[in-house]
Amino acid sequence: MSPGTQYTPYHPKWYRRRMSVWWWLQNRSYVYFVLRELTSVFVGLCALLLLWHLRALVQGPEAHAHFLAQMRRPFFVALNGVGLLFILFHTITWFNLTPKAMVVRVGGKRVPDWTIAGLHYIAWVLLSVAVAVVLLRG
Amino acid sequence: MPPSVTLAVTRYRPEQESEPTLQTYEVPFRKDWVVLDALNYIKDNLDGSLSFRWSCRMGVCGSCGMMVNGSPKLTCAAFLSDYLPGPVRVEPLQHFPVIRDLVGDITDFMQKLKRVKPWIIRENEKPPVEGEYLQTPDQLEMYKQFSMCINCMLCYSACPVYGLEQSFIGPAAIALAQRYNLDSRDEAARERLEILSEHDGMWQCTFVGECSKVCPKNVDPAGAIQQLKLVGAVDWFRFLLPWGTR
Amino acid sequence: MALVHDVLIIGGGGAGLRAAIAAAELNPRLDIAVVSKVYPMRSHTVSAEGGAAAVIKPGDSLDAHAYDTISGGDWLSDQDAVEAFVREAPAEMLRLEHWGCPWSREPDGHVAVRPFGGMKLERTWFAADKTGFHMLHALFQTTLKYDTIRRYDEWFVTKILVDEGRCQGVVAIEVATGKVQAIFAKAVVLCTGGCGKVFPYTTNANIKNGDGMALAYGAGAPLKDMEFVQYHPTGLPFTGILITEATRSEGGWLLNKDGYRYLQDYDLGKPEPKPVFRSMELGPRDRLSQAFVKEQEKGRTLVGPYGHYVHLDIRHLGQKLIDKKLPFVRELCLKYENIDPVKEMIPVRPVVHYMMGGIHTDIHGATSLAGLFAAGEVACVSINGANRLGSNSLTELLVFGARAGTAAAAFASQQRKPSPSVLAQAQDEERRLGERFLRKTGGTEKVAALRAEMQKTMEESAGIYRTASVLEEAARKLRKLQERFHDVSLEDRSYTFNTELIAVLELSYMLDVAEAIVHSALQRRESRGSHQRTDYPKRDDTQFLVHSLATRGESGSPRIEYLPVTITRWPPAQRVYGR
Repeated sequence: MSPGTQYTPYHPKWYRRRMSVWWWLQNRSYVYFVLRELTSVFVGLCALLLLWHLRALVQGPEAHAHFLAQMRRPFFVALNGVGLLFILFHTITWFNLTPKAMVVRVGGKRVPDWTIAGLHYIAWVLLSVAVAVVLLRG
Repeated sequence: MPPSVTLAVTRYRPEQESEPTLQTYEVPFRKDWVVLDALNYIKDNLDGSLSFRWSCRMGVCGSCGMMVNGSPKLTCAAFLSDYLPGPVRVEPLQHFPVIRDLVGDITDFMQKLKRVKPWIIRENEKPPVEGEYLQTPDQLEMYKQFSMCINCMLCYSACPVYGLEQSFIGPAAIALAQRYNLDSRDEAARERLEILSEHDGMWQCTFVGECSKVCPKNVDPAGAIQQLKLVGAVDWFRFLLPWGTR
Repeated sequence: MALVHDVLIIGGGGAGLRAAIAAAELNPRLDIAVVSKVYPMRSHTVSAEGGAAAVIKPGDSLDAHAYDTISGGDWLSDQDAVEAFVREAPAEMLRLEHWGCPWSREPDGHVAVRPFGGMKLERTWFAADKTGFHMLHALFQTTLKYDTIRRYDEWFVTKILVDEGRCQGVVAIEVATGKVQAIFAKAVVLCTGGCGKVFPYTTNANIKNGDGMALAYGAGAPLKDMEFVQYHPTGLPFTGILITEATRSEGGWLLNKDGYRYLQDYDLGKPEPKPVFRSMELGPRDRLSQAFVKEQEKGRTLVGPYGHYVHLDIRHLGQKLIDKKLPFVRELCLKYENIDPVKEMIPVRPVVHYMMGGIHTDIHGATSLAGLFAAGEVACVSINGANRLGSNSLTELLVFGARAGTAAAAFASQQRKPSPSVLAQAQDEERRLGERFLRKTGGTEKVAALRAEMQKTMEESAGIYRTASVLEEAARKLRKLQERFHDVSLEDRSYTFNTELIAVLELSYMLDVAEAIVHSALQRRESRGSHQRTDYPKRDDTQFLVHSLATRGESGSPRIEYLPVTITRWPPAQRVYGR
């Protein structure tokens, strides 16, 4: 045994417990975390639907009408509904966590977390209003 | 108030058994007793062979971290009254190899701490006779929170990434690296950023955030890691700029 | 395989880590090792709150700091040591600042200082209210940058190896595996801290068992001034957690069981609604502790499951002031004893806080055994004399840690490697540990019971007030406990992380240290500083302006001899409590 290391990190007698594949059910925080990560699936799906929509638009009014008819089917309504919930969850958790990474100091004092998050929400609302205005006008 | 409460405590004697087991003990209940006091009662009166670490009994040495009913806690700050009616399950901190009973092996952390170079690094050092490096209260505030870490390892127990991938550098080590990065007297933030950008460094973190939840000193290691990720990401784009990296 | 180092430091607290850095900086080719029974960041230095004193502000002077220290020590301090101490203190503190210690600052960026008990001028540096914590972590993290400093974490030293009149190393147990190893060294520095756990009510952590003191004592080095034990008047009775003086300076009241502010009966002024400097609750620490003992004798203290106590009442200050000025007090009471000082009175009593005495060293940290050095609370240089001023001990760790580390490194550079004949001693030690504890059959005594009896004996006899008859009885009781100790039996026979074995060895150290304290107290027939004899209430400079030296006798009990105090520029005067 060399001086400086009393025992190796892989001492044979020390017991190592395997982490269960269901580790994330251990407490509420972990479940919440896994759900948050799952939202990425719905973000991906939303992106795919958007691409499909764009393709339909490019192909002409018939293809576009066909696409819209598909979107009215119960399956896609449900998918989009659930997807919207997850994406909202994704956005809200992201905005609420942003102040942890973005530390802004004004005059030596740290800008409070709710301000940073709040500014994100405000920007989101403004952007959404702008997009809505463009869509509804046109 | 009940007269007594049951504790279910992990026992592991490597010479005798290959796996830990739970042993129950009945201890008196007192309003001002914490789980650590119950463990000491067991050791002094019921079973002298129970092994666990403790020292200061006031939440500053970081020795007494254990899992209490499945959550990592400092047992000197976990009142028995919060766990009534019991039984109270006391186990060694998870994600660390168990040496004996409630004692885990933290050499992994000690090696990782050294890796992040947690000391002041400067190009030019001033001799003491020239006085202190000036540091305003605002500058001190920048890193103060991260300097409060007592190395209790509760964050490593809470971190599922560390549990699944033992090579991950881990929350406390990264928070301490950030403590020095933000210290106005230090000049090695770039060096530490490179160390933390290695494959088992900060990018392994998926921001579960549980580390900051369990930290008894409000160090917010999760915050430190995300801040470093932001710095690291911005820094990465610098190489695209025509005047190159700093 | 033999473990050999040039400089071996026992104890990884403030003094030990500073000594390691000093040795590494003096000679980068030296092989340095730090052995600690706990990971270094667990060392008791971590719980110090108040601050560390060093002269830095204009208007202050080294002489002023020296005078405050010497008069606070009731003239038992060695003045050459104090002069060296105050002179080197500022540079040491600045060095620590350079190593990253987050000292609290003035708005202009300079280090801030604050007033502290016993100091006439502001010279106490502080890092918020966690000075010791920040100092220890700054030192520990700095030691990580030296590749020549290796560590043996959680190794417990059981014996100092002596051969040819020289210290040659130690024998230690690697706690995790139970393996007994000899670690040879050309110089050994003991930095193992004090021995508060010899008493039942103490602010000290579980790990403060006088290990180094007993090890040196066992190797023949004398212990100095062991009778001087410092009490802090307000600690929580159960955990011993310190309730800071600030609680009283903000306006807290000490009340006996009748709700009466009893300090007015002890020549400490009259009760006023607002705190008055140096009066009532702001009187000197030893006077407050003495008042408690007198109240206890009169039967006016409260009795609880953890013994006698009185109440510290800050409810009248209101939640707003408490949360603003005393948040840490509220946090400590709530988080660690489930008491809310906003609504309830805090139970307090005097608690043992610091050990002025320790291993006798010279001003370079050398003990009387060649090759053995000591620094920090384990040592007695002496700068603290008969009573330590608050905020001097953290500075002492740095100044004397550096001195001892440097002296040890210089000594080691001159030495040959330790002689292999010492290996036989190490093998004997391994056999002894096995036979006496791990493989022993029979035995009826339990560690916890013996320890509790020892603590009770010490509190009754070597507490705040002492008298010959009680001390003599205590000396007999301790001898009996030493004999009963031979009959101790362990429930834990495992080799893997056997904390019961460690507890039993710590108890053996504490019994030796307790005997040294009691015998030293018995022989000092005067009252000085923290040593108060009811049968000899006056200070006696003609006979006792000397240090007590306790050396282990053949029977095991100590013999007491005396060493004159070094007086340089400040002839003894009355200790007028001047803050």
